[in-house]
Amino acid sequence: MNVHLPANHIQPPLLEVQDLTVEFATRRGAVRAVEKVNLTLAKGETLGIVGESGSGKSVTSYTVMRILDRAGRIAEGTITFGGVDVGNAPESTVRALRGREMSMIFQNPRAALNPIRKVGKQIEDVLIEHVQAQPSDAKEKAIEVLKAVRIARPEERYHAYPFELSGGMCQRIVIALALACRPQLLIADEPTTGLDVTTQKAVMDLVVELARERNMATILITHDLGLAAAYCDRVMVMEKGRVVETATAEAIFRAPRHAYTRKLMRATPRGGITLRDLLPEEIATEMAPLGVKVPPASGQPLLVVENLIKEYPRQSAVSSLARMFGAKVAAPEPFRAVDGISFSLAKGESLGLVGESGCGKSTTSMMLMRLLDPTSGQIIFKGEDLSKIPARTFARSPWRSRIQMVFQDPTDSLNPRFTAARSIADPLLQMGENVSGPALRARVEELARLVGLPSPFLDRFPHQLSGGQKARVGIARAIALDPELVVLDEPTAALDVSVQAVVLNLLHDLKQRLGMSYIFVSHDLEVVRMLCDRVIVMRAGGIVEEGETAAVMAAPKAEYTRELLSSIPHPPIY
Amino acid sequence: MSTATADAAAPSKDGILSHARHIVSENPVTGVSFALFALFLLAAIIGPFIVPYDPLASDTAAALQAPSAAHWFGTDQLGRDIFSRVVVATRLDMIIAIASVALVFLAGGFAGIASGYFGGWTDRIVGRVSDTIMAFPLFVLAMGIVAALGNTVTNIIIATAIINFPLYVRVARAEANVRREAGFVQAARLSGNSEMRILLGHIAPNILPLMMVQVSLTMGYAILNAAGLSFIGLGVRPPTPEWGIMVAEGASFIISGEWWIAFFPGVTLMLAVFCFNLLGDGLRDLVDPQRRT
Amino acid sequence: MFRQIAKRLMTAIPSIIGVIIVTFLLTRVLPGDTAAYFAGPAASEQAISEIRAKLGLDRSLPVQFVAYVQDLATGNLGTSLTTGQPVIEDIRARLPASAELTLLGLLISILVAVPLGILAAVKQGSWIDHLCRIVATAGVSLPVFFTGLLLVYVFYYILGWAPAPLGRLDFFYTSPTTITGFYLIDSLLTGDIEVFRAAWSQIWLPAVTLAIFSLAPIARMTRASMLAVLASDFVRTARASGLKPSKVVMGYAFRNALLPIITTLGMVFSFLLGANVLVEKVFAWPGIGSYAIEALITSDYAPVQGFVLAMAILYVLLNLAIDILYGLVDPRVRIEA
Repeated sequence: MNVHLPANHIQPPLLEVQDLTVEFATRRGAVRAVEKVNLTLAKGETLGIVGESGSGKSVTSYTVMRILDRAGRIAEGTITFGGVDVGNAPESTVRALRGREMSMIFQNPRAALNPIRKVGKQIEDVLIEHVQAQPSDAKEKAIEVLKAVRIARPEERYHAYPFELSGGMCQRIVIALALACRPQLLIADEPTTGLDVTTQKAVMDLVVELARERNMATILITHDLGLAAAYCDRVMVMEKGRVVETATAEAIFRAPRHAYTRKLMRATPRGGITLRDLLPEEIATEMAPLGVKVPPASGQPLLVVENLIKEYPRQSAVSSLARMFGAKVAAPEPFRAVDGISFSLAKGESLGLVGESGCGKSTTSMMLMRLLDPTSGQIIFKGEDLSKIPARTFARSPWRSRIQMVFQDPTDSLNPRFTAARSIADPLLQMGENVSGPALRARVEELARLVGLPSPFLDRFPHQLSGGQKARVGIARAIALDPELVVLDEPTAALDVSVQAVVLNLLHDLKQRLGMSYIFVSHDLEVVRMLCDRVIVMRAGGIVEEGETAAVMAAPKAEYTRELLSSIPHPPIY
Repeated sequence: MSTATADAAAPSKDGILSHARHIVSENPVTGVSFALFALFLLAAIIGPFIVPYDPLASDTAAALQAPSAAHWFGTDQLGRDIFSRVVVATRLDMIIAIASVALVFLAGGFAGIASGYFGGWTDRIVGRVSDTIMAFPLFVLAMGIVAALGNTVTNIIIATAIINFPLYVRVARAEANVRREAGFVQAARLSGNSEMRILLGHIAPNILPLMMVQVSLTMGYAILNAAGLSFIGLGVRPPTPEWGIMVAEGASFIISGEWWIAFFPGVTLMLAVFCFNLLGDGLRDLVDPQRRT
Repeated sequence: MFRQIAKRLMTAIPSIIGVIIVTFLLTRVLPGDTAAYFAGPAASEQAISEIRAKLGLDRSLPVQFVAYVQDLATGNLGTSLTTGQPVIEDIRARLPASAELTLLGLLISILVAVPLGILAAVKQGSWIDHLCRIVATAGVSLPVFFTGLLLVYVFYYILGWAPAPLGRLDFFYTSPTTITGFYLIDSLLTGDIEVFRAAWSQIWLPAVTLAIFSLAPIARMTRASMLAVLASDFVRTARASGLKPSKVVMGYAFRNALLPIITTLGMVFSFLLGANVLVEKVFAWPGIGSYAIEALITSDYAPVQGFVLAMAILYVLLNLAIDILYGLVDPRVRIEA
């Protein structure tokens, strides 16, 4: 490897992995999850391991900690950590290293904590196990550890159970647990997946700051090349169990050498690029140009939403029981998921609905889809107030075919007992004009062609299709009846970035071709910027900011929008 | 993996069959249980025509004989051939089990799906009914029901169906409830399907396989329950051959060493229940590989 | 804590109401003439109409229901034709025998099944795991009355390790002074080791029969929930923090796995109370199960009804205890309450 190495590499490295091959025993024989992986890591260095699902990045790190499940084993190669041969050392030696010399933090922090033990006690367990504390002073030391990860009111949090804490707070606890014994190596396995972008920034900043403070080596495992590049000294890209490239973060973005790295790099949404730039060059050049944005037609807007409100009653077992026995207890204030929002959408326009989890964007989209009844407010579609038609009977309304939706999880949104063709045909069968037999099949095949699904796949069941193929089936179904408005609810959130790039381009081209309007619900401002003309930023059920996407991104007016924008990890390429 | 092997043309029937073959080859016990089930079914259908003796004919000269070439399972205190009685009893025990399970499958399955899907009052009423049934120890409730309704085989069937009702409701309700807000159900709404159509066309077919597992598992329980009731003298009356009552008849001879009177009907009963339980486990593997334990 | 228990008690109220309504209905749907049923098979026409008036069967259903509830409130469950005693007295006298047997059976079964399930999950795929799976599948397939008879044949007739299956105590011994009603405990409390041995020799075989029966669901659930918990993220965290395997398995995994096991206990009790009736018949155990069977055979209806009601209320109370136990283990229930 002729990679630029930091100066402190003169000492022996902290971690050295040589020719590591990991096999899993399955019903079909041994499967190699990781093949011939080499890596070195010095004290204080930060390494990003990047790859899409199934690339072997997590398996590599679990092998370093030797916490693979029983089906996995090291078939070949060595792992040396601080002079210890981790692969062959007895379990007791490795156990003494875990938590004290090398630690790990995980995806889904809430699940990573014991749900029925106080978080302070869980930290104490680790301290006592590694003789960093005695039962007498464990509590005091645990609180110190909580302080170190910048947890406010640590004495109080000590007594909390995981279910009482937010996701970001749980991740801080997991970090506290990992760093309690001041290890030399921290492995972070997708530590921010599933967290909001502002929380992600806070967590990553904390990890990096602590690592610097303690001269700790860090491995960041992520599917997000942008995140790795923003926070790591070096980045190692993996594909199908093999390392394809290792380079400095800057070099990966400036001059990726391997074709896969280039593809991954291009597919990562980032500032200043268009949708076509997400695709591999050879494909992008073959495609039609994006086309100039036509200013939306003036006149009657397609959709006008006015003062839309959705309230949920707060459930309290005690008070409802008390009411049952005739006691007069005031009903608790209802919770407002959507708090009086108003906006409009022109024909042919695409509008982004952006916000963090719990901001009300999904509730809004369900109400627009008429799957959920609003508490009050109007949804005026082509002059008709659709909120008057209850969601229960909307399926029989002629308006049903005019508004369609693409769902977040392509797997969950397909009936497991339907073939792809049957799923696409479903709206045609229920609402189409008496199509059947060969005509129906022809229409389904035409739709499949439109979304780029080869027709042999039409007779497969969902479990026989890849994520990208399932997404295409979902899109074909949504456009089957030529709807005028399509709500896209995070349609690419469950997909790998390279697939996301293709699907986003497909969505854009379909809109151009069929003249639909989009409402695109997303947490990812960069994606919204590329796909949407206008954007609405939501927070706590209300609209924070609204405007032309480019203008909002360039000069955000609201403080919250600025915070969102600054939380997006920026790879060092400028 | 499956993407590569699946035939694009007609994967549906073929896939299930080959999967079944795979499961049987993977787990021979399931194969054995399938064979055993076929044997029981055969005995239930043609049993009365092939047995060597009249199951009701007593022969006091041949009373209390140990198993021999003439009487494979020996004879009871009235000299009746136990082998013939055990074989003939299969039909009655199977009828009780199948009838009660069919009854509860329809009633409990529908009530459960409706309550899980519609929620609200439907859910509250169905939930209250099954909670009330669950508030009793189930066998005790069955005793109470048979005692009240009258001591007949029909009432055994009804009582067994009633005590299994909450189990069916629980499975169907939970599955329907999970799927109520599933993406594919929402998508079906967008495609213009009515609620009834969604319930019957989209949700029920997805729940059916799990319900079949439940059927197989409760079939064993239904046989046990019916045999237990007749063991304490409810339902079937002597001299009708039935496994539970035959064990009861042999019970008093155990302490004097005539073990075969109770043993053979008991073992047959046990095998039948065992067969249904294994079948249920096999079906579960077939239907839901993730839930495999 | 008391608030939480009080709340749990409230949730038991609907169950009790349901139980009372069902038992009431069961007396009303008796085929034929209820009064004739209650009067017994040999009663005269006049006796039957007397009983009809006495039972209030000539009044409307709601009035009858109120009367029924009033009777229950005063502990009046009718009189047994066979024993000539008030049913409630009979049940009170026989309940300890059933309770002692059931609880001992449950205790044995938990002591065997829980460690078996834990070991099977920890050493997944080993011989102990296979043993656990066999026990779990075979156990639920065994008719409990048949297991009992087999054990009697082997341990009484062949081996002679157990006395004849004829009740709680050999007639040589006088039963110990009643303190708890449990012979094993009472004999120890009064220091009568001799009687304790005699009582133990009678009870161990029926208790083992019940234990074999309830072994399967407990072992199965322990194994399944341990497997699920051992595969969960927080156990991985605990491992990655270098905690000792014993701490990970017992301190972290088992305490979490306990929750579904406790829930299963409710179902196990339901099975056990039913199986208890059958085992009492096999071993001529003088509990409320055999009391009900005798009554059933003689068409003596009041005891059967009293038995169903007593069992149901006992079961509701047991479920209540299970709920409270669950709350003790799971902070999520405790705090949100």
